[in-house]
Amino acid sequence: MTVRAYVVRRLALAVFVLLGIASITFVMARVVPSNVAQTYVGSNARPAQIAQATKILGLDKPLYQQYGIYMKGLVTGDWGNSLRTKRPVLSDILHFFPATLELVIAALILATIFGIILGVTTAHMRGSWLDHVMRLFSTGGVSIASFWLALMLQILFFRMLHLLPVAGETSITVAQAHPITSITGMPVVDALITGNWVAFWDAGRHFILPVITLAAYPMGVIMRMTRSSMLEAMELDYIRMARAMGVPPRVLLYKAALKNALGPVFTVVGLTFANALTGTFFVELIFAWPGLGYYATTSILGADYPAIVGVTVMIAFVYVIANLVVDLAQAVVDPRIALR
Amino acid sequence: MSDWRVRHQSSLDEARYNVRIFFKDKLAVIGLAIIVFTIVVAIIGPWIAPYPAQGRGDSNLTERLQAPSARHLLGTDNYGRDVLSRVIYGARIPLIISFVVTAAIVLIGVPIGGIAGYFGGRLDEVVMRICDVFLAFPSLILAIVFVAFLGPSIRNAMIAIVISWWPWYTRLVRGMAVSLRERPYVEAAKTMGVGDFHIIARHILPNSFGPVIVQMTLDIGTVILAAAGLSFIGLGAQPPVADWGLMISEGRAYILDQWWIGAFAGLAILILVLAFNLVGDGLRDVLDPRSKR
Repeated sequence: MTVRAYVVRRLALAVFVLLGIASITFVMARVVPSNVAQTYVGSNARPAQIAQATKILGLDKPLYQQYGIYMKGLVTGDWGNSLRTKRPVLSDILHFFPATLELVIAALILATIFGIILGVTTAHMRGSWLDHVMRLFSTGGVSIASFWLALMLQILFFRMLHLLPVAGETSITVAQAHPITSITGMPVVDALITGNWVAFWDAGRHFILPVITLAAYPMGVIMRMTRSSMLEAMELDYIRMARAMGVPPRVLLYKAALKNALGPVFTVVGLTFANALTGTFFVELIFAWPGLGYYATTSILGADYPAIVGVTVMIAFVYVIANLVVDLAQAVVDPRIALR
Repeated sequence: MSDWRVRHQSSLDEARYNVRIFFKDKLAVIGLAIIVFTIVVAIIGPWIAPYPAQGRGDSNLTERLQAPSARHLLGTDNYGRDVLSRVIYGARIPLIISFVVTAAIVLIGVPIGGIAGYFGGRLDEVVMRICDVFLAFPSLILAIVFVAFLGPSIRNAMIAIVISWWPWYTRLVRGMAVSLRERPYVEAAKTMGVGDFHIIARHILPNSFGPVIVQMTLDIGTVILAAAGLSFIGLGAQPPVADWGLMISEGRAYILDQWWIGAFAGLAILILVLAFNLVGDGLRDVLDPRSKR
């Protein structure tokens, strides 16, 4: 397969998967509930509202026509109105999304840097006590409940050490005195590019705990993958050759072996993106971080069904795009992948 | 030596060797001990919990929010219930969920994968595209959305996790079935007129058990975390049941001052999931010798 054919195939698959997720969501939202109209307008809606929902959703029509209306709405950007905010779901989602993106990207960068450094170090020290301690540490990272870790960090850094704020995106006083001009919708980035240093310091301090919480799982995974992938690379013929020729260990590790070990590592970074996205559902709820995860959990708790459907489709979109980018980037870096 | 032993000598030797390798991994052995301990605690809970009635949900409002003391080793919660008793009773749900849900996922995912991989063709194509759709979405988020529509309960949480998880096993087994169906002994069985489903049940599935078991042990931890997460949001276990995820959720409002309500439940989750993951690591070393650790 040529690279071009591979790209076309991946794009087609991405579109197919998006349609599939939208269809699953349709089944969940329209076929599973016993009274769809009631579900959509809330339990204490007036009969007129129910009648209106029935008309807008096309519930009096056969299921395949409803599916058509639903899909058309998704594609044209008409995702219905949120029951709680009364605003269009799509604009709500676009409003909340950048804050989540900022968290997830920062967490993955943090996890990748520390995961690779610790993974290489432990591979180098294989079998030592430090290696065993670090194995417990990385396994702990994938075994810890993110919502519990979040609460424990709040106790430690807010209640006991008085170092960091307990929750929120910025402090109210700072937000009033030095409001952040919204450009990207990401508070830390916006404060930075507008040179609003007071707000940057404040937003950054609010940013630390959610990012650490989200990074725990990906870091554990990346660290384990780096370690095992490094151990494999160290046994490649040319590395053994280089070692025999007296190439210093540092050069051997970071230049020769790591380059070979990075392929699988980046694949897992892509996979942990799903985990970081899932983590935002819990982490944003606990840290009152106004992002997509917070919007999703509060929508679920508030039985805001149009919003739940919207968030699901949005997450599918983001995740599929992210996977596509990772796969295509890998194919560009290593054309063997496309040829497989 | 009995006849059976003679005939199975090589398998017995292999098993003994595998057990020895597993027990050389100290962390895996500790993990196994923790799992056994948790199972025992979950079973004899009613006899060892200091306040069994509170473990089941009875409140005791005269002793609300008390710090850990000799009377209540891990303190009391906002209903005055003994946290230690709640933690002991709370061991049941994660254990039951992890075994039932994992078993259901395997029972659904594995045969579908075996059938798709063995027969190939259009059936395989359809199954794999369905898997693509499920796998292209974070499983826990899919489960959360499912429960949101099904209605919150521990049963629905379990159903939702199973629905969103089975394709991982289908894909795993399908890959192995594709390579196994070319093996000489499968070809031989086919030539001798052995039926397709007999071949799948006797040759394809048993030969893919190793990786499936390793994946299962590693997934049990994830399933426990997923169920606890659903309970934390309020979509899983419902009050007054003792469940670790739910306890953290109940303790959240008090976390800064009465930290013990949620802290010990989360610690219990961490220890149990860690134990399963360590055992999974150990098993992988035994059953998948190529993996490097």
